[in-house]
Amino acid sequence: MTSLFRPYYIIQESEMAQPLDYNRRSRLKHVDQVFRSEIINIIPLTDMEKLFQLRILDGAERERFSFLPGQFVMVEVPGYGEIPISISSSPSHKGYIELCIRRAGVVTGILHKTRRGAVVGLRGPFGTHFPIERMRGNHILLIAGGLGLAPLRAPILNVIENRTDFHDVHILYGTRQPDMLLFNYQYEEWNRISDINLKVIVEQGDESWTGPVGLITDLLKKIRLEPLETYAIICGPPVMFKFVCAHLQREGIPMDRMFVSLERRMHCGMGKCCRCNIGSTYTCLSGPVFDYWTVMNLKEAI
Amino acid sequence: MLFKVLGKKEFTTFIELLLNDTEVIAPKQVGVDTSGKPLHQYLPVQAFTEIDLSYETTEYSAKTYFLPFRENLSTCSFLDMVWDRQIKYRVQPRAIIGLHACDINALLKLDKVLAGDRFPSPYYISRRKNTFIVGIDHDPCEGGFCQAVGADVVTHGFDLYLTDLEDRYFVAINSERGFNVLQRVKTREPTARDNNDYLDVRRRIAGQFKPLEVHNLPNLMDIEFESKVWKKWADKCLSCGSCAMVCPTCYCYGIEERVSMDNAESAKVKQLYSCQFLDFAMVAGGHNFRPDRETRLKYRYYHQHRGFVEAYEEPLCVGCYRCGRVCLAGINPTDIIGDLQTEYQE
Ligand SMILES: Cc1cc2nc3c(=O)[nH]c(=O)nc-3n(C[C@H](O)[C@H](O)[C@H](O)COP(=O)(O)OP(=O)(O)OC[C@H]3O[C@@H](n4cnc5c(N)ncnc54)[C@H](O)[C@@H]3O)c2cc1C
Ligand code: SF4
Ligand code: SF4
Ligand code: FES
Repeated sequence: MTSLFRPYYIIQESEMAQPLDYNRRSRLKHVDQVFRSEIINIIPLTDMEKLFQLRILDGAERERFSFLPGQFVMVEVPGYGEIPISISSSPSHKGYIELCIRRAGVVTGILHKTRRGAVVGLRGPFGTHFPIERMRGNHILLIAGGLGLAPLRAPILNVIENRTDFHDVHILYGTRQPDMLLFNYQYEEWNRISDINLKVIVEQGDESWTGPVGLITDLLKKIRLEPLETYAIICGPPVMFKFVCAHLQREGIPMDRMFVSLERRMHCGMGKCCRCNIGSTYTCLSGPVFDYWTVMNLKEAI
Repeated sequence: MLFKVLGKKEFTTFIELLLNDTEVIAPKQVGVDTSGKPLHQYLPVQAFTEIDLSYETTEYSAKTYFLPFRENLSTCSFLDMVWDRQIKYRVQPRAIIGLHACDINALLKLDKVLAGDRFPSPYYISRRKNTFIVGIDHDPCEGGFCQAVGADVVTHGFDLYLTDLEDRYFVAINSERGFNVLQRVKTREPTARDNNDYLDVRRRIAGQFKPLEVHNLPNLMDIEFESKVWKKWADKCLSCGSCAMVCPTCYCYGIEERVSMDNAESAKVKQLYSCQFLDFAMVAGGHNFRPDRETRLKYRYYHQHRGFVEAYEEPLCVGCYRCGRVCLAGINPTDIIGDLQTEYQE
């Protein structure tokens, strides 16, 4: 007697044989498959943060991998775990990405101990992005607090690379102390570009600090805005973006022209584990980038 | 849909055919509760006599055969700093006999999330497609409110669906696979009498449900977001997560990395989680987005009766009442929903 049921082999589905591409959400794929990527350089930024430059090992995968500023990847260190990290580099380098990672626990801890040449797994990119296309022809405010410069660096680089598409560009960055400033070796470069206004502020100065001391909103007060022709991207802890957005709103910038990036616990990046839910919104699918109006309407968002 | 009539003797033959061929999962009595009421679970069975199709409900849902409590997503082998990844999907065919309408509806809801058009899960789809499902009609279980949430009737998502007409089964056929397997035993076309008897049974079942007002819940969840009802119930909650474990539609999970003793292999293991656990929404640095029981309990209902409705036009809950039965603190959906409605009326 023949068997009643013929086994169904999902790996024989033609879609499963297609090259892995997370940009196509709708296609059946090996969702646990990773892009094997090599850490090519590690750049210490502060005591707590390091910049990791990674390259996808496989040439064809490298060609196919593309992302938009604001998106994140799941970084897996086999044997240790998998964590969401925003991409910190410009989208124009194919298959090459930079991640700015703060030492915070198990996975970030082992990453801080690894050396050049180590191979990690990447899944992604996932999530929404800052709508840079829509911002063309407008003034741009790029505002970061603390580690928020990590996700903001992708749109900063993207805007700089396409500087002619925009009117005034302001980059404002604030941290608690001078030794917490990220990417300080780049300010000089960004500031030298004519027509980019970079301002850095700290809450508490030290002997060597010559710049302004205060809150990020102090920097904002000095900028004259044309609110209806301005877009703002704000990355930082909720208390910080709440104040900044409230200030900008008072200045007359519509809430749907301000964008923030939210952080939640994440275990899949694909709307399956529910760990990232805000109310009933999946941060990994509908976010991490939201406009401020949406954030105001999310239950339990801030 | 095609319908056939299957005699009880032929039904036994049919089940034995399955038993000889594949792994069969069916409701099986596993004991009695303190009041002497039989307890059932969906378990692998070897003989027809082990199956009890007259069961009222099972303590656990059948979700474990589609979303196992622990599942190995991938393994990694290490060789001199180089690692290699292997992924396996479960393919062995399996038959589940005797699922009730609510549990089949629960699978249809899981299909929407896990086999829909946003990142379909090959792990789930492989198990789903390799599972042959035979459902069965039954009188409402104690506490169940499946009718209120539209889950008492099921029109697809199964292969065969039985309605007991005393000396025979009325069989609805919903797949070619079901049709072919059924052809191995003697069946006949339904007569007018069969059809009438079938409709009588359906009417009898439908008439026994207690009403529960749920249609306004999506809106109510927003209005009553700050309601005292959440605190009242959450104060009793033990954060044990049992409600999510037994629920046929809860699918949240966590990931755990397991390393073998010799450090030669690691596995990425998915483990079902519960939004009632303290660390569900905790992130590095210790910040917890839902530190208190009240917000966690509310979140579970919010997801089921608001979030899911927003996404798919139907609640996630199928009204099986398993969460209410299992809860040691006496927290249950009918009382919570009832309280919300009362507060809203006032
Ligand atoms: C969209 C997004 C972008 C992020 N971008 C960056 C970035 O650019 N740079 C950076 O340093 N950090 C970033 N984070 C935070 C980073 O993911 C956490 O610091 C990291 O998960 C901590 O992992 P761990 O194993 O070291 O910590 P542990 O405390 O040991 O965490 C154990 C597990 O919990 C989960 N988890 C813990 N905290 C978080 C968290 N905050 N978010 C999500 N999952 C968490 C992870 O699965 C982690 O493996 C981002 C988080 C999100 C959601
Ligand atoms: S089963 Fe009851 S006590 Fe346990 S987490 Fe659920 S509601 Fe709380
Ligand atoms: S929430 Fe409770 S009643 Fe609803 S499907 Fe889950 S276990 Fe059943
Ligand atoms: S990260 Fe898993 S659902 Fe969003």
